Parts: sequence; C-alpha cells; structure tokens
Amino acid sequence: MIVAETKSLEEIRTMLNSYDRVLIVGCGTCVAVCHTGGERAVNLLGTTLRLARKVEGRDIEIGEQTVIRQCDFEYLDQVQNVDKYQVILSLACGVGIQGMARKFPNIPVLPGVNTTFMGFNEEYGYYTEMCKGCGECILDVTGGICPIARCAKSLLNGPCGGTNNGKCEIDLTRDCGWILIYDKMNNMGQRDKFMKINGPKNHRKANNLRYMDLRNWI
Amino acid sequence: MRFKEDIQSGKFVVTAEVGPPKGTDLSEMIHRLEGLKGKVTALNVTDNQSAVMRVCTLAVAKIITDMGIEPIYQMTCRDRNRVGLQSDLLGASALGIKNVLAMTGDHPVLGDHKNAKPVFDIESVQLLEIINGLNAGHDMAGLELKGKTEFFAGAVVAPEANPFEPQFAKFEKKIKAGAKFFQTQAVFDMAKFMKFMERAKEYNVPIMAGILLLKSAGMARYLNQFVAGVSVPQELIDELASADKPLQKGIEIAGRQIAELKEVCAGVHVMAIGVEDKVPEILAAAGL
Ligand code: SF4
Ligand code: SF4
Repeated sequence: MIVAETKSLEEIRTMLNSYDRVLIVGCGTCVAVCHTGGERAVNLLGTTLRLARKVEGRDIEIGEQTVIRQCDFEYLDQVQNVDKYQVILSLACGVGIQGMARKFPNIPVLPGVNTTFMGFNEEYGYYTEMCKGCGECILDVTGGICPIARCAKSLLNGPCGGTNNGKCEIDLTRDCGWILIYDKMNNMGQRDKFMKINGPKNHRKANNLRYMDLRNWI
Repeated sequence: MRFKEDIQSGKFVVTAEVGPPKGTDLSEMIHRLEGLKGKVTALNVTDNQSAVMRVCTLAVAKIITDMGIEPIYQMTCRDRNRVGLQSDLLGASALGIKNVLAMTGDHPVLGDHKNAKPVFDIESVQLLEIINGLNAGHDMAGLELKGKTEFFAGAVVAPEANPFEPQFAKFEKKIKAGAKFFQTQAVFDMAKFMKFMERAKEYNVPIMAGILLLKSAGMARYLNQFVAGVSVPQELIDELASADKPLQKGIEIAGRQIAELKEVCAGVHVMAIGVEDKVPEILAAAGL
C-alpha cells in the first residue's frame, strides 16, 4: 500500500492562512490504513484547525468528506458542494491529490500529507518501503527482496563496505538489504545465482513519462 | 609508472593516501606530500572521502603526477552517473593517469551535504566492468572510442566486515569484474585477516593490507564506535592511552603491523589521515 504522513499542523496552517472556507477530503484506502487519510484523520484535522483558529480569534468554516479512493474519477464524482469552499485540502497520496486537482480545475487543491513510499504492513502502525516502482523488476535475481528500495544505495551486486553487523551504514537500526538478500539466497541454495554479476539498471524505465494502457485489453 | 609493474612482478609495494583539502589552497597538502616522493610506490587520491566535499580527485591526481608521485585515482559512484564517470575516466587517461580504484562510496548522509541526492547510478562491480570496456576501446553503450584507455583497475575489500560471507562474495564478484589488485580496509585483527588471506589465495590477485595510523586512544575508540568493518583491539587502545606521545606510539604500532603483514601480503596501503608526512617514519619503523 501507499504510505503517507500528515504534514505538520504548522505547515497546514500556513497553507490555509488566507482561506476561511476549507473542504478537507480524505481518502479511504491506503493512506487510511496508516491513519493519514481516512475519516478519523479528516475529523481530527478539522477539529484541530477549528480550535487553532478559535485561539487566533478568526472564523473558519470546514467541510469534511471522505471518499473510497481519490485516484479514480468514479469516486471523485462523489465529492459534494465544492462550490461552497475556497480551497480543498486533500488527505490522499500524491496520486489522489492530483486526481482531485484535475477533477476540480477551478479551485486550489492543497496537499495535507507527504506521500512517502509504497510499503508493507509489518505490524500495526509499522511499514517498510518495499518497492520504488522502478519499472524493471529484478526480484527474481535478488531472492525476492528489493535492493532498489531496501539498500540505501540501491546497489545491485552485494553489500557495500559500510554494512555493519548486518545493519546499514546510514542507519544502524535498519537491516542492510544486501545481507538479507545474501542470507536468503544462500539458504535457498542460490549462492551461484548471487554470484552472477548484475549489469547496470535501465533507468529509462523509471524516468520516462510513464503510463499503462490496458484499454484494448479490458 | 611503476605501481602496476611492481605489484605484478611480486615486488612488495607501499601506497599511501591523501585526502584533497576543502578549498583552493593546496599548499599545505603539497608540503605534506613532498617527502613521499621515492618513499611510496603510489599515492591514492581519495574521492570526496566520507562524502565530505573537497577539491576534485582528478585535479589532485594531476598535481601529484607533476610532483613526481604516481597517483591511484579513487573513483566513487556516489556523485556521478555513468556519463560523468566515464567522461572523468577518459579525462584521467588523457592526463596520463593509469591506476584507478573503483568504489561505491559512502552515502551522502554520512558527509557534510546530507541533503544531497545520491547518484549510485552504477556501483563498484559494474564500474570495474566499465573500465575493462574502456580499456578494450568501447564505452558502456558499446560505442567505439577514439583512443582507448590503459587503466590498471583495483578495488577494496573489508576483511573484518561482519557478516563476512556476503563481503567475500562481493570480493569474488569484483575479481570477476576485472579487479587486478585490492587494498583492504584497516587491518587490526590478525586472525581474521589471515583467514581472509587463506581463502583469497586461490584467486591469485595481489592484496595490499590497509594500515591505519592511530593518532590517539580517542581516535581508536571513535573508529570502533563509528566506522564499519574496523575494530581496534583493546591492547592497542591501552598502549596509546598510556603513551607520552600518542602519535609517536601510533607510528610505532603501524610500523609493527607492517613488519608483521609484510610476510603475507603483496604490499601495504598506509592511511595516515592528515599527517601524510609521517609515512616515511612509519616505513622506517617497519624496517622498510
Ligand atoms: S526491483 Fe523495481 S519493481 Fe521490483 S520491487 Fe524493486 S523497485 Fe519495485
Ligand atoms: S549497508 Fe547495506 S543497505 Fe546500506 S547502503 Fe550498504 S549495502 Fe546498501
């Protein structure tokens, strides 16, 4: 799922400073799981902003809505009464925020969250980045563990000299992705496969204007 | 140019290294290096070591060449993509530089520009393959070069890394990719190092043991805490702590280590960070 974190209250207040009628729209899918975009998050942010304005002695009118997904026009159609507001604050991932901005071209849409990564739900409230969407998946030669996302240098042929008791040189609380890969492959009897030199990546697949066209297929 | 010939003919080689300064005033660095001419076979020029921004390696490699010292051009993959790396390699070749040490490089978060975008477009193993290609007369896109390079490429290995097996696997990959010599991370644990040398033997590639000059007990403790793959034994820390002149003691220790390693290695690589002028004293202490 896509993981995002709510922007700081300070940042959000600064963005909203010149507006008095704000529609907060949450997203009920990925970012709701990490407590960033769901109905409760929308509610909490709305309440906090109202309180903050009250302390300042200024009025604010805040609308609160949550749709199932903001990355899909079908669900964006369900957003209501947009005309009543000056601005939309979207609590969705970057995809959803941009979807909202396309759906409502005449009203500013602001990001309420920082979209961080695509991650795996390790345990309640704890996520690990697993994929950077590089467009050329090499999990077949890395024991099913992604070195693009899980090695700080996105190396392709083994650990750097900085690996430290199995941890990464840039953060000793995090596993070195390449030690995980080596151990896994070695345990599976794939050391030979590990020893093959992987060539440089084709970054074109990650850097192009990407799209996927399944229209003739569906 | 003797480094390649010496190491390949089995002569014991000594290299040291210099970190280019931060700024345009190179006089102090040059002063420190003056006494090294004729004392070392070649001198590594580090590449924005520890991800701290400094004068570029290529310029300093050229400057020391002009001083009559043979450079080993360290090249990391941190700051340049494959276009920049190959371009710099061609430039180095045009300037007469022959030895390259291919490394991945420390991550920017460990340096002084922590918010930098790390490049790591390619990495050490692939860089070695690229250098072979340039030597064969083509770039990594397969395009023919007008004039090929004649690099003697080496790599690094950390014999005391933990866990060791994945490091050794990478060492093997580097040989496969064309590494012709190795310099190691600082060696302190003789037993571990001997075990590594025993296994490395079958690959028949010259290995130069890394000697790191310990300047004080504090420095040794710092290394243990913050530098991966380096662990200074307590006896050495005590020895430094009780010495009147810790630097002098460090020189003595380094000399001792070289004398001991001389029997098993193709050479030594002396890292005397910031006091390169002490290298001749270290060598003298080793009886070289
Ligand atoms: S290799 Fe690329 S596509 Fe595959 S998991 Fe890693 S980042 Fe994602
Ligand atoms: S320590 Fe491991 S995860 Fe960290 S950069 Fe090096 S190889 Fe990658």
